[in-house]
Amino acid sequence: MGKPKLKEHIINRDWCKGCGICVEFCPKKVLALDDREKAVAARPEDCICCRLCELRCPDLAIEILIEE
Amino acid sequence: MAIKDYIRERFFPHMWCPGCGHGVVLNAMLRAIENLGLNKNDIVMVSGIGCSSRISGYVDFHTLHTVHGRALAFATGVKMSRPELHLIVPMGDGDALAIGGNHFIHAARRNIDMTAVVMNNRIYGMTGGQYSPLSGYGISATTAPYGNIDQGFDIVELAKAAGATFVARTTTYHVQQAAELLQEAILHKGFSVVEIMSQCPTYFGRKNKEGGAVEMMKRMKDITTPIGSKAKEAQPELIERGIFVRKDLPEYCSEYNKIIERAQKQGRR
Amino acid sequence: MSKTIKFIQGNEVCVEAALYAGLNFFAGYPITPSTEIAELLSFRLPQIGGRFIQMEDEIASMCAIIGASLTGSKVMTATSGPGFSLMQEALGYAVMAEIPSVIVNVQRGGPSTGLPTHVSQGDVNQARWGTHGDHAIITLTASNHQDVFAMTVEAFNLAETYRTPVILLFDEVVGHMRERVVIPDKGEQPLVDRLRTAVKSGVDYHPYLPREDGRLPMSDFGGVHRYNVTGLAHDMWGFPSGNPQVVHGLMRHLIDKIQSNAAEIARIREFFLEDADCILISYGSSARSSLHVVQNRRKRGERIGLLELQSLWPFPARIVREKCRHAQTIVVVEMNMGQVLEQVKLAVEQPERVFLANRMDGVFINPTDIRNILRLIQGRGI
Repeated sequence: MGKPKLKEHIINRDWCKGCGICVEFCPKKVLALDDREKAVAARPEDCICCRLCELRCPDLAIEILIEE
Repeated sequence: MAIKDYIRERFFPHMWCPGCGHGVVLNAMLRAIENLGLNKNDIVMVSGIGCSSRISGYVDFHTLHTVHGRALAFATGVKMSRPELHLIVPMGDGDALAIGGNHFIHAARRNIDMTAVVMNNRIYGMTGGQYSPLSGYGISATTAPYGNIDQGFDIVELAKAAGATFVARTTTYHVQQAAELLQEAILHKGFSVVEIMSQCPTYFGRKNKEGGAVEMMKRMKDITTPIGSKAKEAQPELIERGIFVRKDLPEYCSEYNKIIERAQKQGRR
Repeated sequence: MSKTIKFIQGNEVCVEAALYAGLNFFAGYPITPSTEIAELLSFRLPQIGGRFIQMEDEIASMCAIIGASLTGSKVMTATSGPGFSLMQEALGYAVMAEIPSVIVNVQRGGPSTGLPTHVSQGDVNQARWGTHGDHAIITLTASNHQDVFAMTVEAFNLAETYRTPVILLFDEVVGHMRERVVIPDKGEQPLVDRLRTAVKSGVDYHPYLPREDGRLPMSDFGGVHRYNVTGLAHDMWGFPSGNPQVVHGLMRHLIDKIQSNAAEIARIREFFLEDADCILISYGSSARSSLHVVQNRRKRGERIGLLELQSLWPFPARIVREKCRHAQTIVVVEMNMGQVLEQVKLAVEQPERVFLANRMDGVFINPTDIRNILRLIQGRGI
């Protein structure tokens, strides 16, 4: 099994409360808060699909989709 | 199944504050249940009162939102009547160990098969930031304006002494470990306790100048260490994470089944 | 067919009746004078595959029976004054969440620890208003062992019918006295099981949407319908709601389901009421002394009768009013400071005709006590 390849960050903007946990703890600094204080994947190309953002999100607002 | 299949989506976004650790616990709990592949009809979640206790409303199981401190007593009735069901009992620190302290130690003593999850944010959040039995000495709270003089409990030591047969601790920072420990705890046959150190940025963090959710989670990373680590030797004040107790002792409902057998055998004689 | 006849304590009769009614889960905590109920059930329940647990206190006992009832069990707990006080919060939960459950209170002297081994009837108002907030409640009582049996079975039937906690208010004398009781054959006294929902798996089930008759078909925890149960004001799905319309509807339902069936719930016995000028009203063990007085005085030609209440809440006010319409003197006989007296005064047309014959010193009120008080009331001196 090779390295998982990112397909997409699915971020539910209605559920995201902008706490910044995902942004801070992303090991590759992929995520950022936009001007409306919602998480966005600013640098998706750097994502290593560790899913830590998905696991730590208190709002269940992030899902990492991986290429099959 | 995806974790969304385990929640009642219509109630999201949930009512917890931005960065609340309880959301992280919910997240970890859903991962654990997803990994175990449990049938939703076989899970009963029983909770008490407080911010933490609202967790039961968000999950698509049989959910029983009870009174303050008594979730384990309600859960005992459910489990005794239907021992085949999985009982998960999330509680806040005040819920579990102040008003519910007696039920906590007795459920542990009986070794009845259920999983007590203590979401320990060291404060009463729902009522606006009063000190709890886990706040600890010197902490600032709305009912401790001059500093708290109450000593705190150690949940792990308390659960061990009370007879829990599975005792573990982690934090919301260590979310993968949280999911793993919850998984182990649910599988364990007997009374299991998982303390998850959690953040309340709104009250505890603000009152005690610990910053927001991010800073509080970083702090939990810094003040904890795996059980038996070298770091603990150098810094004895570090709080250990991991599984402290895992032992096989007779489980209460199984023992009661033997009582039934005994009573019925005597009746036939 | 030969009848089963026993000569046992009232507490033991309560156990026989509860098992007859289908009890299969009991949680309790030792307290005088109700302990025999727990002791006997710890022996009997496992024999029929039921479950008994001694909890860490009465709070936990009440909580545990609620949990067990939700899975479909018929449940009971038993206690006395101090324990009954501890149960009040969870009792309110059972009212709010509509959990069928039976709570036995074998009354002793209060307040506080009071008189643990002595008789009293001081918890009548606590049974009605012990838990906080507006609510309706059903409370039954009994003066003799045949009635202890019948009322215990009735308590289960009413709890299952109306999905509500039902309080059995016995007293120390009834609980500990030994007398003959005939155990009915199976089927002789009808039994009621809660309505179960017919809604199929996968179809939206509304656990808190009452039918037109106010009844609420239930789905057992562990079954195919996953729903929420809460002590918060809730909508028809069982989820918390602060919507005034929803809350109003819920409160009306909780109260109406019992108050509008008050006539069906009311249970009384009457002795010599047809032509009575003087009516004694009593319940529980004090009704035994009252009956003794009435029977004796009837022999001497006095027009005296007894109205014995077997249900205390909802208070059978209409029956009391009807029965007392032509009485010159109404004497409430009870072992407290007049808790039922107040209800009788509210119920009758001429409250100035209502008197109290009571003791509240832990001593059983005997026929001589009642006779002496009657003479005072009737202006005949002692």
